Amino acid sequence: MERAAIVGIGQTKAAGRFKEFNYPELVYPAVVAALEDAGITIDDIDNVITTSNDFWDGRTIASMATGDVSGCWDRNISCVEGDGAFGAFYGMCRCLSGHYGTTLVTAYSKGSESISAYITNAAFDPIYVRSLGLDMVSACALQARRYMDRHNISEEQCAVVSSKNHRNALGNPNAHLHLDLSVEDVMGSRMICDPLKLYDCSPVSDGAVAVVIANEDRARKIGGKPAWIKGVSFCMDNYLLGDRDLAEYSALEKAAKKAYAAAGISDPRKEIDVAEVYDAFSYQELMWTEGLGLCEQGGGGKLAESGATGKTGDIPVNPSGGLLASHPVIAAGLIRIAEAVRQIRGEAGDMQVDKDVRTALAHGVNGVAGQSHCVWILGKE
Amino acid sequence: MSNVWESVEPRVYESQIKVPYAWQAGETASRFLLTLKNEKKFLGKKCPKCAKVLMPPRKVCPYCFVETGDWVDVSDEGVIETFTVARRDTGIMPLKPPFVYAVIRLDGADTGLVHLLGEIEPGAVRAGMRVKAVFAEERTGKILDVEHFKPV
Amino acid sequence: MARRAAIVATGQTHHRSIRRDVNGQEIINEAVTRCLEDGELTIDDIDAVVIGNMDHFEGINYVDCWSVDGSGGFMKPTMKLTTGGTTGSTLAIAGYHMVASGAFDKVLVIGWEKNSESDTTGAINTAFDPIWDRPFFAGAIAGLAVTAQSYMDMYGATPKDAARVSVRDRRHACLNPHAHLRKEVTIEEVLASPMLADPVCLLDMCPRTDGACAVVYAAEGIAEKLCPQPAWVLGVASRHMYSYVSDADFSGGALFSMARASQELYRKVGIKEPLKEIDVIELYQPFSWAGLIWIEDMGLAKKGEGPRLVWDGVTDLGGALPINPSGGVISTNCIGATALIRSAEIALQIQGKAGDRQVPDVNLGVATGFGGCLWTDTLAYGKKKPE
Ligand SMILES: [Zn+2]
Repeated sequence: MERAAIVGIGQTKAAGRFKEFNYPELVYPAVVAALEDAGITIDDIDNVITTSNDFWDGRTIASMATGDVSGCWDRNISCVEGDGAFGAFYGMCRCLSGHYGTTLVTAYSKGSESISAYITNAAFDPIYVRSLGLDMVSACALQARRYMDRHNISEEQCAVVSSKNHRNALGNPNAHLHLDLSVEDVMGSRMICDPLKLYDCSPVSDGAVAVVIANEDRARKIGGKPAWIKGVSFCMDNYLLGDRDLAEYSALEKAAKKAYAAAGISDPRKEIDVAEVYDAFSYQELMWTEGLGLCEQGGGGKLAESGATGKTGDIPVNPSGGLLASHPVIAAGLIRIAEAVRQIRGEAGDMQVDKDVRTALAHGVNGVAGQSHCVWILGKE
Repeated sequence: MSNVWESVEPRVYESQIKVPYAWQAGETASRFLLTLKNEKKFLGKKCPKCAKVLMPPRKVCPYCFVETGDWVDVSDEGVIETFTVARRDTGIMPLKPPFVYAVIRLDGADTGLVHLLGEIEPGAVRAGMRVKAVFAEERTGKILDVEHFKPV
Repeated sequence: MARRAAIVATGQTHHRSIRRDVNGQEIINEAVTRCLEDGELTIDDIDAVVIGNMDHFEGINYVDCWSVDGSGGFMKPTMKLTTGGTTGSTLAIAGYHMVASGAFDKVLVIGWEKNSESDTTGAINTAFDPIWDRPFFAGAIAGLAVTAQSYMDMYGATPKDAARVSVRDRRHACLNPHAHLRKEVTIEEVLASPMLADPVCLLDMCPRTDGACAVVYAAEGIAEKLCPQPAWVLGVASRHMYSYVSDADFSGGALFSMARASQELYRKVGIKEPLKEIDVIELYQPFSWAGLIWIEDMGLAKKGEGPRLVWDGVTDLGGALPINPSGGVISTNCIGATALIRSAEIALQIQGKAGDRQVPDVNLGVATGFGGCLWTDTLAYGKKKPE
């Protein structure tokens, strides 16, 4: 495959509630920032991929609303429904299929405009499951319990993740929450769904993000500091919670394996310099670091405890603070990509990890309890 | 950013999507639900390829992508694979929190069923406990015809 | 490196107004199974799955995740796309790009809808901007009727002209075993059917259908081995231009997005005289009037002269440029599948597998999609692999 790179990133700050913008208006500043970051104008954008979700937005054909502000006028455009990391995959394909030199990819969420439990309950099977009233939090709690039982992961080990990511977020000007939380603070927070306590859970945020992807030719012309796409893959597990062993992460392993193969990575722990991982809940960072092969199966808790995933550790995870500090739902995966780009450029400010970042990983998730994973490997060269 | 809001309270336009749905269960789920209602029995379906007994039954095996074959009787007793205590009322729950959700592996099935636990203190629930279905008095052919599962 | 790509297999359900015997996952599975059988493929041959529908028609969030039992996406890259009525063509375009980019060799594309499970008009109404447009537009019919009225006013077309389109498509549908409505009608019957929104009558309008369609796109080098006659993608274009209905120019009823998407498609494919060069069109024509107006926007006739083309029989099966030999959207409308069926039908025409609805010697076919806020997608397929 030909090469493509991310040449521009733009983000709004995440917040609990943006009253001053409706949701298309929230996307616009992210697009403007991404174009400015790339040093180009909307005229340099050959085509557009928006990502949205009709349930979260409370309208069918949610993409209709953000067309205007994503530059849809007289330009080829499409819409991926789901996490922005998946939308960016399609955006990359459109740069490599010989039709377009650049793709603008946008993602946004105004979680404040709805009720998460209602929205995520609609993801459950209407015939067999939905009437039980499950939502994302209770379903993920079932997964957390299963995973923690299987590998003797303690609640403290999960709390280490939450404390680390919240403190990392103190250095992230775009983060929704800026909380200086200790492990004790997390442990002492209110129980929501055993074993998930308040600070084990990500908030629901408003926020938007945009990236510009370019094929090699255009990336070279645009210049700057392109973050090259070395490998990207995604994979879907089974649907019903009872069809999966919730302690396992086969889909993530498969996606990671393919992305690593494309990027020529054989020892991810050594070769990846920083990872932005989809930590919608603290336990998920532990699970996903295992699934990504950054430690052995069941070793996620020890890895976090050892400090290796801290900003100064040998495999920093979520120096941006991750989803635990900001979770605009559909945008979360694309934000991981934007943060990985910042690390590669060395422009992550207070979030910048303590080493030369040549290879960065970004991760997006669709569905309940990590049913579908998308893994990106970005590199300096 | 403009300071327009200094003198104006932003308008919030409140609404709700109200679309009635009528989900067709299809022949497979219908048979399962009607057996639950009429006979208080769980029916699984066996995959001819991987031999897994699917609970709840599906027309197509989610692992093998082939049509499932024989109907198989599955016990109304099983083991808790995992559970959680829901403590926050989300407004869409069938019970008042705190109550327990669990994934239950019924004897004779190879996949887990998500359902509710009852007749037990939430704090006393452990993975691996054996539980048994308690059927509702009035049954309508829905998954909540099983009121909950209780410890054996 | 960019590669050519082609449709190598298609499958459709037998579309019906209501399918009580299957749930959503199962109707999807029916189309997928037929598609794989058509291509003599197994699910193991498939590298990735893209699927789409309109969420609020079935009330299921994260359909890519929910549908995996039926789609065969288990442990495969699986993604959802949705853009309203254009969902099917959006999916087709995505399947094409994913193969052409080199990301996957074979992509399974699935569009579906079980319209019987909800109130379609109520759900469509939620598409429009909740503050500005939603209180005024009652579903899709009103918006379309406005364009028909404006076309009549400007060019003197009559409801009889539109009825002729409906008669054509409903006659074609009788030749298509998959079509939902298979009953011939006369012009008088169309004109006498209940008025929905002036000047659009019931028999001018598309139905609501339960159904699914699946298509496999494969890369050059593989496509030729998989099937004797791949339907090669020659070009794709889309124009989803508006966010607000009120921004559209309704004067004369013209569909600006169709004009722009057609022009781009013709430029990409090298089509100079569309009426002469195109052998068959599957037009996403949600109501009969579109069969008059939009063919003008496609450049098949001058402004106001669409009705003459239709009356002359040019667009009938047996005419010089048959439109909707499948019976089109007026006969079958499982919304998320509708625009994908257009591509599937063109592929069947190119492959010579269209049965009683076959158009002889199809070298170049065009499929379109319509939806959202007066949006259009166009796709061209050919018998010969493009240069
Ligand atoms: Zn099986």
